[in-house]
Amino acid sequence: MYLPATDPILMKLMVTGPFGVGKTTFVRSLSEIPTLHTEETMTAQGIPVDDTARIPGKTATTVAVDFGRLTLPGGDLVLYLFGTPGQRRFLPLWEDLARGALGALVLADTRRLADAFDAMDLIEEAGLPYAVAVNRFPDTPPIELDKIRAALDLDPATPLIECDAREREGCLDALIALTEHVLDRLPQETAP
Amino acid sequence: MTTPSGPRRRLVPAYLATQGRELAPGRQTLDRLSILHAAADLPAGLGGEHRQLWELVRPGALTVAEAAAHLRLPVSATIFIAADLAERGALQVRAPIPSAQPVNRDLAERLLSGLRALK
Repeated sequence: MYLPATDPILMKLMVTGPFGVGKTTFVRSLSEIPTLHTEETMTAQGIPVDDTARIPGKTATTVAVDFGRLTLPGGDLVLYLFGTPGQRRFLPLWEDLARGALGALVLADTRRLADAFDAMDLIEEAGLPYAVAVNRFPDTPPIELDKIRAALDLDPATPLIECDAREREGCLDALIALTEHVLDRLPQETAP
Repeated sequence: MTTPSGPRRRLVPAYLATQGRELAPGRQTLDRLSILHAAADLPAGLGGEHRQLWELVRPGALTVAEAAAHLRLPVSATIFIAADLAERGALQVRAPIPSAQPVNRDLAERLLSGLRALK
């Protein structure tokens, strides 16, 4: 349960997408700890709050944020995965959660592909690099990635991969594709 | 063991857990991935949620987000309590990336090779 005593550097990636797309499953497949969650409260105006008792007359939504942890070999780097809802109305909360994140993975379901647009908008607004992973459900028809790329109107540089959120290997591949893309987008360092 | 046992219902609202104050000093330096580890003894007069957090991170280090989840407290209240404890020297706080450097290629490359090594 505790962090390795190696004083690791902690990094963060976001996993987002519509409700029921498999974010929690994805995080669980990779996490070395039982996935944890915090309840985040947000007013109808989209402002994150701690306790609605303090703002009478405001209605609030509680949003569950699932997260997991993955210590990389060597123990000096620990990756946190935050599974967050991908609805645009969550933008202020999302920006707060994503502060310091390297990038985001959008999970999509081919049976309701259009639901992924919201998450893509959200991430673009937050200014994070992202990749899209299509979660293969047992009843998903054969996936044709080029058609999905066209339907989602993805930038040619944006990685699009297929995975099964229940299988660790494919989830790792999705994170690798995302991290490669993050790296492509980072400026080359100039010599000091 | 000092881990809270089983589900527990918070009996006081979050803003009372912070004794009604608005902002903790140094709060801006803490975020979800700040690393908490108990340092000295718990100062006298601190009980309740302060004691629970301190006891939770006595055996080892945890992030704010993990501590909040284990204690079933909002992240912001956990940040507040952690800042309070840190100010009294009862808690060590470390940033997720020690030198507060922005994300750079070196870190992203290390992440990439780490992920590949897991396969």
